[in-house]
Amino acid sequence: MATTADAFQAHHDDHAHHHDADHKPPFFQRWFMSTNHKDIGTLYLIFAICAGIIGGAVSGIMRAELAEPGIQYLGWWVEFLGGGPADFDKNGHMWNVLISAHGLIMVFFMVMPAMIGGFGNWFVPLMIGAPDMAFPRMNNISFWLTVAGFCSLMFSAFVPGGTGLGAGTGWTVYAPLSTSGSVGPAVDFAIFSLHLAGAGSIMGAINFITTIFNMRAPGMTLHKMPLFVWSVLVTAFLLLLALPVLAAAITMLITDRNFGTTFFDQAGGGDPVLYQHLFWFFGHPEVYIMILPGFGMISQIVATFSRKPVFGYLGMAYAMVAIGVIGFVVWAHHMYTTGLDVNVKMYFTAATMLIAVPTGVKIFSWVATMWGGSLEFKSPMVWALGFIFLFTVGGVTGVVLANGGVDDNLHDTYYVVAHFHYVLSMGAVFSLFAAFYYWFPKMSGRWHSELLAHIHFWGFFIGVNVIFFPMHFLGMNGMPRRYPDYTPAFTYWNEIASTGYHIMAASMLVFFVNIAWALVAGRKAEGNYWGEGATTLEWTLSSPPPFHQYETLPVIEEHHDYHDHIGPAGGRPAH
Amino acid sequence: MNLGILASRPARRLLPLLAALALGGGAVSAVAAVPATEPGAAVTNVEDTQSPNVAAESVPQAAAAEPSTTNAVVGEQAATGGYTPLGPEWIKGQPSDGAMTFQNQYTPDGHYALWMHDAILLPLIVAISLVVLGLLLWVVARYNRRANATPSRTSHNTLIEVIWTAVPVLILVAIAVPSITLLSRQYRSPPEDALTVKVTGYQWYWGYTYPDNGGFEVISNMKDEGEALAGGEPPQLAVDNRMVVPVGEPIRIQTTGADVIHSFAVPSLWFKIDAVPGRLNERVLFIEEPGIYYGQCSELCGARHAYMPIAVEAVPRAQFDAWLLSKGGTLGGPESEGAQAPTLAPPQEPESGVEGAPGAGAPPTAETAPGTPVPEAT
Repeated sequence: MATTADAFQAHHDDHAHHHDADHKPPFFQRWFMSTNHKDIGTLYLIFAICAGIIGGAVSGIMRAELAEPGIQYLGWWVEFLGGGPADFDKNGHMWNVLISAHGLIMVFFMVMPAMIGGFGNWFVPLMIGAPDMAFPRMNNISFWLTVAGFCSLMFSAFVPGGTGLGAGTGWTVYAPLSTSGSVGPAVDFAIFSLHLAGAGSIMGAINFITTIFNMRAPGMTLHKMPLFVWSVLVTAFLLLLALPVLAAAITMLITDRNFGTTFFDQAGGGDPVLYQHLFWFFGHPEVYIMILPGFGMISQIVATFSRKPVFGYLGMAYAMVAIGVIGFVVWAHHMYTTGLDVNVKMYFTAATMLIAVPTGVKIFSWVATMWGGSLEFKSPMVWALGFIFLFTVGGVTGVVLANGGVDDNLHDTYYVVAHFHYVLSMGAVFSLFAAFYYWFPKMSGRWHSELLAHIHFWGFFIGVNVIFFPMHFLGMNGMPRRYPDYTPAFTYWNEIASTGYHIMAASMLVFFVNIAWALVAGRKAEGNYWGEGATTLEWTLSSPPPFHQYETLPVIEEHHDYHDHIGPAGGRPAH
Repeated sequence: MNLGILASRPARRLLPLLAALALGGGAVSAVAAVPATEPGAAVTNVEDTQSPNVAAESVPQAAAAEPSTTNAVVGEQAATGGYTPLGPEWIKGQPSDGAMTFQNQYTPDGHYALWMHDAILLPLIVAISLVVLGLLLWVVARYNRRANATPSRTSHNTLIEVIWTAVPVLILVAIAVPSITLLSRQYRSPPEDALTVKVTGYQWYWGYTYPDNGGFEVISNMKDEGEALAGGEPPQLAVDNRMVVPVGEPIRIQTTGADVIHSFAVPSLWFKIDAVPGRLNERVLFIEEPGIYYGQCSELCGARHAYMPIAVEAVPRAQFDAWLLSKGGTLGGPESEGAQAPTLAPPQEPESGVEGAPGAGAPPTAETAPGTPVPEAT
């Protein structure tokens, strides 16, 4: 691809003379009936940012409430959201609604839309040399189903859900709390929200798989694909296999709730633990769905700013495949305390620890990519470095939790909260910000401020560590998760964690100022603004790329081995 | 020889030490009593040999913590068979503000698990994190654009790739050994005649049923803040009726949920098991020292999930029996006499047996005759 980049650039220049490529439909058609992968990607990103603001604000309410023992703010929110006069039970329910909403929003409406819908849509076709996604109309409906799902979830907060308004079941929606334990339509709306978002994601997955398998530019074999494309391909398979199981599980919840079935009701021969098996058969692959595209982005970024090809390309690609496969056979480590048989628990302990191996391969390969490189600390690289370290920290606490016997103490404590925020709120989110700063000028055609991006990084880095690191201590000391109130012995670390939220929130203001400033007054970005380290196909296009790209397909030359696909333009990598 | 008796041996060997703990002054004679049980301990396994050490290690700390007057009170109660709830000076399992570690552990499995975390997992994960951090800092310092203007083109090294795949595998296999051991310990069956406590999670309180002792149920609600503080107990952990169990013997805990899923969790006992409607989960619990151990519901169960704490009160067998009687319960074991136990066993009898063992001085001759109620107590 290295040399093809030049060859392709020539093709593109030919076409730039025809302005057909940039003919855009009128506003409503363009944004509401879009079939353009880049516009749909933009819609996904805007949507994810909006959902992220709401989900982040919810966590702000939670951190405020947890700053000291006792209930301070929940009553106000009960009344503000129309729940009538606050009382003890409504306050507790309000808390459960907040934690459920935070989890569902961040997982289904922030990380997934941003990773797969946003960056996946934008850059998979660009990177494989395709003019668009395979099914452009299905792409559009995927997006609008996600929006509809979000609306359904928001609506659920205003209808009765048992002891108060809204669905207070946790994002896991465990039966029987979500069936007999929550009277009223709120939980139905929340479940329906997952149906809609899930259907959208399944269609998205079909689209990505078809696109990647059928629409690669001539000469781009699977083993020449950029790692970001690999990561989206693996993710799409996980979505395709996992989401139908979630759909089945929550459909059974719906029928248990409304039509008298007893899939999860022991009184009718059902089993509440069956729901957990089904949920986590989806839920564990889901956590890899959230992080794998991040792995791909980090690989692109580290290689670009090291001016070096990715170390161990094949190992990196198949490590992701391995993570995807093993990710399907470790689900019950979320259920260690449900009363599993000892042999089952031993198996899941061993299988879960095994995931550390391919993950370790990735971490070491990123380091090896930088080793001997010529590193430049632009904002995406700084976020990527932050990602590698913080994801490692989150990963090693995962090894602790993998041990079923140790988890008997840590399960459902703040240690778990710390663990999954280190891999998601620091892993997935750091990779999202890295990708955002990496590709924002490409998408918008305008430069953000690198200074503000660095300030954002340091504020966010310090903020999230102050929030989440003390949670390890709280968890080891025994604080259960999903508690709005706690015994005074947990005050010290909670207060510190809440302080961290302010730092994080302030850094997010810098982020928004930066985007706004860039969109209004940012200087124009060239086609390949990162220079010779950026060698994938999207850098051969203008910034922003033409409305329709690759009217003549780029050709990837055959005689190059897979590991050449990242290298200085025109350069011949030494072996 | 049945398995139950084998499994209860650690209990017998521990009791003198526990009593030494409680009675301070009696320590010498109690420790002296240990060898008496040694011959029977030929079948000891790892945990058997460890447990006494573990208990012994915690002696100074516990002895320092408890005022001697209270020790005397407990001793006296053990002798007379009276029961009064343990006071706040007996609180052992609770969180402490600003703590960065696990709570102190008071079960053999808890010690093992804590050892596994503190001696294996924690050093390992800290080391891995520091290695990765060190590598990152090194490449940042050494391979930045100023220090290294021309990047190398290396993209493979089979040897190093094999190493960084194989070494983690070996490390994980090394972790798996104690991890599997821990699991098998946690899943040991309780002896057949172990005391059974059935724990039921309700929205939003706990019920403790003693099916072998008359089947009465103790309902346990959270004390409000004022009440808790007045009793010298931590708010949101203190309850009106604690789950009272005998110390130093294996107890069969069975959990179930009445409405939704709850989870019975006590951090200082390394014990957490879900209370699932329609299921009966069972796990053996062995508490080494008398004391109060707090826990909290650990599965989201609705509006008052945060307000259904757990308080386990472990007392010497004599006081436990007295407590049973005060609740209108019976002293029968599950196998032997069951319901008719009271007539066969006057309250004094099991207590005197216990009294001998824990260190009132008499050696545990109380290899009690078969058929006598509460044999495990000795």
